[in-house]
Order: sequence, then C-alpha cells, then structure tokens
Amino acid sequence: MAKVVVTPGMFSEREYKASWKTPIVTGLFALLILIDFGLFGKNSNVNFQLSVKGDAIMLPNAVANSETINLILGITMLAIAGVSVLFTLGNKKTPVWLVLVYGLLGAVALLAWLAAGAVVPTGFILGQAVALAVPIILGALGGVMSERVGVVNIAIEGQLLTGAFMAAVVGTLTHNLWVGMLVAMLTSALLSMALASLAVKYLVDQIIIGVLINALVIGITNFLYSEWLAGSGSDANFPGTFPIVKLPFLSDIPVIGPALFEARVTVYLTYLLVPLVWFLLFRTKLGLRARSVGEHPMAADTVGINVARTRFWWVTSGGAIAGLGGAALTIGNVGAFGREMSGGLGFIALAVVILGRWQPFYVAASALLFGFAIILRIWANQVSPGIPTDFITMIPYLVTLIAVAGFAGKVRAPAASGQPYIKG
Amino acid sequence: MSNVVKPEANESRSETLLREIMSGTPLRIGLSALLAFMFGAIFMAAFNQDVVDSYATFGSDPMLTFQTAWDTIVNGYTSLLTGSIFNPNGGDAVSMFRPITETLRLSAPLILAGLGVSLGFRVGLFNVGGTGQILMSLLGVTWVSTRMTMPWGIHLIVALIVGVVLAAAWGGLVGLLKAKTGAHEVIVTIMLNYVALYLYTWFLREPSLLLEHGGGGTPKSDPPAVTAQMPLLLGPSFDLHIGILIAIAAIFVYWWLMERSAIGFRFKMVGANSHAARAAGIKIESTYIWALAISAAFVGLAGVNQGLGQAGGLTASVNGNIGFDAITVALLGGSRARGVMFAGLLFGAFKAGGPSMQLAGVSPEILGVVQALLVLFVAAPPLVRAIFRLPKKEAN
Repeated sequence: MAKVVVTPGMFSEREYKASWKTPIVTGLFALLILIDFGLFGKNSNVNFQLSVKGDAIMLPNAVANSETINLILGITMLAIAGVSVLFTLGNKKTPVWLVLVYGLLGAVALLAWLAAGAVVPTGFILGQAVALAVPIILGALGGVMSERVGVVNIAIEGQLLTGAFMAAVVGTLTHNLWVGMLVAMLTSALLSMALASLAVKYLVDQIIIGVLINALVIGITNFLYSEWLAGSGSDANFPGTFPIVKLPFLSDIPVIGPALFEARVTVYLTYLLVPLVWFLLFRTKLGLRARSVGEHPMAADTVGINVARTRFWWVTSGGAIAGLGGAALTIGNVGAFGREMSGGLGFIALAVVILGRWQPFYVAASALLFGFAIILRIWANQVSPGIPTDFITMIPYLVTLIAVAGFAGKVRAPAASGQPYIKG
Repeated sequence: MSNVVKPEANESRSETLLREIMSGTPLRIGLSALLAFMFGAIFMAAFNQDVVDSYATFGSDPMLTFQTAWDTIVNGYTSLLTGSIFNPNGGDAVSMFRPITETLRLSAPLILAGLGVSLGFRVGLFNVGGTGQILMSLLGVTWVSTRMTMPWGIHLIVALIVGVVLAAAWGGLVGLLKAKTGAHEVIVTIMLNYVALYLYTWFLREPSLLLEHGGGGTPKSDPPAVTAQMPLLLGPSFDLHIGILIAIAAIFVYWWLMERSAIGFRFKMVGANSHAARAAGIKIESTYIWALAISAAFVGLAGVNQGLGQAGGLTASVNGNIGFDAITVALLGGSRARGVMFAGLLFGAFKAGGPSMQLAGVSPEILGVVQALLVLFVAAPPLVRAIFRLPKKEAN
C-alpha cells in the first residue's frame, strides 16, 4: 500500500493559505538585532566562557566583539526571515526547526549584547535554564495530555503546587524522597481526577473548575504553610534534594555536558517523559484513540471508543506528570516548600502548551525559551544593572501572544478542546 | 436560567413545592456555605498548635482534643465576625464600628472587578485578565496622581478617567485579538497580565517615568497627590473612602446596562447563543470588542480604587490579587448585580476579618480555603446535590 501523505488540504475544500506572520515577525526581530545590537551596539568584547575548572575537556573562552557578533547574527537571522518569505510565497509553512535555529541565534545575540565587556558563564546559564524549564515542561506535558483528549486544564498551577507541597512534606516525614515524589504524583493525579469527573461526568465548565481548583490549592497550601509548616511543623519541611548524578561520558561533552547531564533525577525523568508522551500520542493505538476523542468525540464514540473513560484516564495521568513537575520544584531543586512557590509557572505551562502546538518536543523547546528568559533576567540584573530587564522577561509572553493570535489556517488546538461531550 | 420546576405527573402540590425549594438557588447557596465553613472548621482545628499538642494525650483524654478543637473553631469564626462586622469589646464607638467600615472599604474593589468579570460571563467570555487590567489602570492613575498637579476634585476625576480608559483599551485589545484572529481570550488575558506587570514595573523603575523622587532600587512611586486621593467618608478615624460609593454607583450602572439597555440585550443574546445572535444580524466581532472593553472598564475602576484609596507610594503589588478574586466574586454572585454585591461584601468581610483572626491565633489563610470551596460548590451544582442528595432540577 502506498504511503498516504497527510496534508492540510486533504480534509477541507478550502484552499490552504500560508500565514505571513512568521516572515514578518522574524524579519522585524532580525532588523532590531542588526540595527540596535549590531550597528549601534556596544563596541567592546564579550567573553563566552565554555569550560569551568574541573571539566574533562577544557576549552578556551570564546572572545569576540559584541558589535561584530550581532552584525553577523543579525544578517543570518535576516537571511532566515528571507527563507521564510520564500516558503510563504510558495504557500508553504516555515519549518519549525528553522524557527528554533532562529530563536537560538536570537538568544546568543541577546547574551552578546547584554554581556558586552563581561564574561558569559555559558554552562551556568544553560544549566539554570534547563532546571527552571523542567517544572514548566512537566506541567505543560500534563496540559498536552489533557487538551489532546479535549479537556482544557487551567489547573496546572494547582497541580504543580500540590506536587511541590506533598513532595516536600511526605519526603521529610518518610525520610524517603522517592516516596515523596510518588505521593506528589498520586495527589496531583487525584486532583486531576476531580477536574476530570466534574468536567466529563458533571459537565461543569472546564475553565471555571480549573480556576477554582487553583484557588483551592493555593488556599490550602497557604493555610498549611502559615499554620503548620511555619510553626509547629517546621521540622516537616526539610526534605533535602535528590543527589546530583553525573552521567558518564555524556557529562564530559564541552558546554552542554555539565549543563544537561549533571543533574537530578527529576531532570532525567523529564528527558525520558518528553519522547515517551510523544510516542504514546503519535505512534500508538492508544494515542490515536486519545487524539480522535479530542478532535471529534462523536466520531470516536461512533467507532466504539469510550469518550468519558479515555478523557478521564488521560487527564488523570497528565496530572501525575504535572505532580512530578511540582516535586521537581522542591525535592528536585531548592528543597523546602515555600508559600505559593509555583509562582505562576502553571500559567506559563499553559502558554507553553499552545506555543508548542500541543506537541511534546515543541513544548519542551518553548519551555526552554521561558526558562532562558527567567535566568537571563536574574543574571542580567547582576552583570549590568540598569538594563530594562522587564522587557527581556516580557519577550516569551509576547511571543506566545503572537503565536496564539492567528492560528487560523495554521496548526490549531484539538477541535473539541474545552467542550463537554454528551452521549446521545 | 429559570428556576421554574415543572410538576411531575404523579406528585401532589406539596411535593412539588418541596422540590421547588430544594432545587432552588438560595437553599443550594446556603448549603454550599454550610459545607464550606464546615470544611474550613475541620482544617482550622486539625492544624491548630494547641490541638496538635493535645494529640499526645488523645489516648487518655480524647475530650481534651475535642474541646480544644471546638474552642479553636468558635474562637476563629467569632474573631472573623468581630473583625469584619462589629466589635463589642472595642471600648469606644470608633473601635466598635470600625470593622464594618473596613468590610465596606475592602469590598469596593472586589465588587467593581467582580462586575467586570460578570459582564464577560454574560457575553460568554471569560475575563481572566483582571490583574493586567488593574495594573494598566494603576499605570494611568499613578501617572496622573504623582506626575501632574491639578485642583482638588478635578485631579481625582482625571485620574479616574485615565485609569478606566487605559484598562478598557487593554481589555478591548483582547476583544480585538479574539474577533480578528480567533485567539482564545483566556490565554490572551493571562499573557497580557504578565506583559502589564512587567510594563508597570518598568515604569516604576525608571526615574524619568514613575520612580519616586530620590528612590533607589525598588520600583515604587511617590504617594498619590492629596488632591487626587479618595476623600474619606467618615472622618479621619475611619479609613472608609468614597470607593464604596463608586462601587454602589457601578452596581446600578451594571444593572441598567445588562437589564435595560439595548447593548446589554445584545451582550446577553451573544452569550446565550452566538450562532442565533449572528443569524439575527448582530455583529459578533464588535460585540466581543465592546464587551471586553466595558468589562475591563469596570475592572479598571477597581484599579483606581486601589491606587487612590491609600496614601502610600504605589507598587505593582497594590493590585492585591483582586483580578483573580473577582472571578470568585462573579461566580458566587451568579453574574447578577445584586449577587455580585453580596459576594463582594462577603469576601470583603473575609479580608477585613483577617487581622483579627491573626490576633486570635488562627491563620486567616483558612478563609482562602473557605472562599474557594464555597464558590466551587456553588459553581458545581451537581456536587452539592450529590452530597445532600437533593433532587435534580428539571432539564427545561
């Protein structure tokens, strides 16, 4: 049998029209970097530190002029924008990998401009960006699993917070971080069950339920924190963290080795879960059924798929993964639980689900963008105070806005996302 | 949403009446409140320091634990009442009546923002962008009240208008994106919340923009000019200012807008069935834009209240999470003018009673749990019906 190529035009009579959004946005940012950072940039050297003391392979630092780097990067980025124009003229979508390369170049350009006359601790920034991105990735994976079957999950924030709290408290009380992690996943899954049953069985508005679950979890953890953990139960909040594991050989790779492969178990689990969820969703019968429930529940029901049960279990297992993301905040990073420590990461995860087009690998890349922006603000405040870091922090949110605005004719949300299905 | 219950074929008149009461909204809200406060009481008692201490002797003296738990609950909820309504042990009249004025003062922004979110709900839109709209309102309010000099009265009015217009524009932008590109308003508003937060923080950070005179690293503005501050209503011994009057006026405006005006009718029609509304010739796109702009304008009034209702310098935290609290207010109030007023007063009382609970040794954070549970029960009727085994409301 010949392999059938699926194209957007297959299912609809309407002619596919490529959007001009990508070429315009990439072009504008490229010009901004070329002119502002390149032509009128800072004429001093920037020092990219590629190895720190103790690395297996020592690389010399890469030193170059900030203006020169940005001129080269700006022109390259402008060329990518040009390629994107060609794609759009040919009525084709700009490939995602090209956009990712573009984003990477933009990040380097920003670093080179920020750190003019200073040293960029490349490995440190990369490692921190990954550490910050892990809870976002896991929360967003939970969101993907739930939206793919047609349930909007606004409660990621609450799930992260639950996971963080349970991991810290149970991890301390049982003196076993693995138990803490497992309980964090279980409680968060239970919370998802509540969301799923209210949304699927009782047909309560999914967004409202999500918002209220967030409010409830914030309320409960705030109360327990102030009444218990900050008082009589202060000894219940010292879980410690998982040890840092160095993967042999991989951690010896210069620059990315120490950043990616000298990490805690939560980070490695994330590396495993992203491809796993992708494989489940796009390469197994189970995933095909799940996606059909999210796209057209009535059709799925007609061929004998149990819509309610599929939704229930996918949302629940998504909750377990989000709970692991919460555990990554406490026992996978700082140790103790803090008041409202998820601090909006769940809402970022929600954005990441969309920016990553409901696809695990793109979701992970988008989460890295946010992680990078967060660490960049922290670091830039130290290296060159006076730079309006608020705008750097704003970039990922703006990018998400641009991505959300104008999905018409592009990759879109699962069609039935947010809609209850009444069998009848 | 009508509460009319159709009589079933084989039931007597009294049975119908009973069913009508049992499935009606007031009883359900009452039971929801009962449940929420009960859960709150359990939490309050279980984690109280004295109760935890008494667990050690639970085997030999279980009554001690129950007695301590009961005392904690009574103590907690009594101090909530004395902190939010009337304090009989206050001594002088000011201390005795101060709690109720505090409740009114803290209710005003909740009612204002709650009305805004409610308006969105009536059009079928979920405005989660309260935080961003309040911050944009604050941006305008801070600018006018700290960087401009105007005579008393006019200053306040100009600040109010600028704040409301900025918030409405921020909300209208959401409507525009939704109408033109189909972007979901929940995601757009959440993103714009963060954009507004960092924008306002940047304005507060820049000495040439809003940073306080002689200010340093922390992003904070000068206090609003005296000419722009909200006048106090009951003299200097009470903090109650005219914000509550603005809230009352807004309730009437909202009621007129939604129940009596042509544009309100259009809003409700789109909310009830956007396809039918489109078939009837209503422009859905422009309705979305106007609805979100007006919704944000109400929320913006809450921002004005936050900015000008106090005498200290302004920071981004002045928004006080009211954008999200407003969602619970709107849900509890059923998006009706009267309901939002009562819901706002209730949650305002929760805020006013907090310090008094803290003094009584009970963490006021418990009220956050009660608030979320109450709204969860009210917003999810099947849940309460299942718990109390109430009869189901007729489908039509």
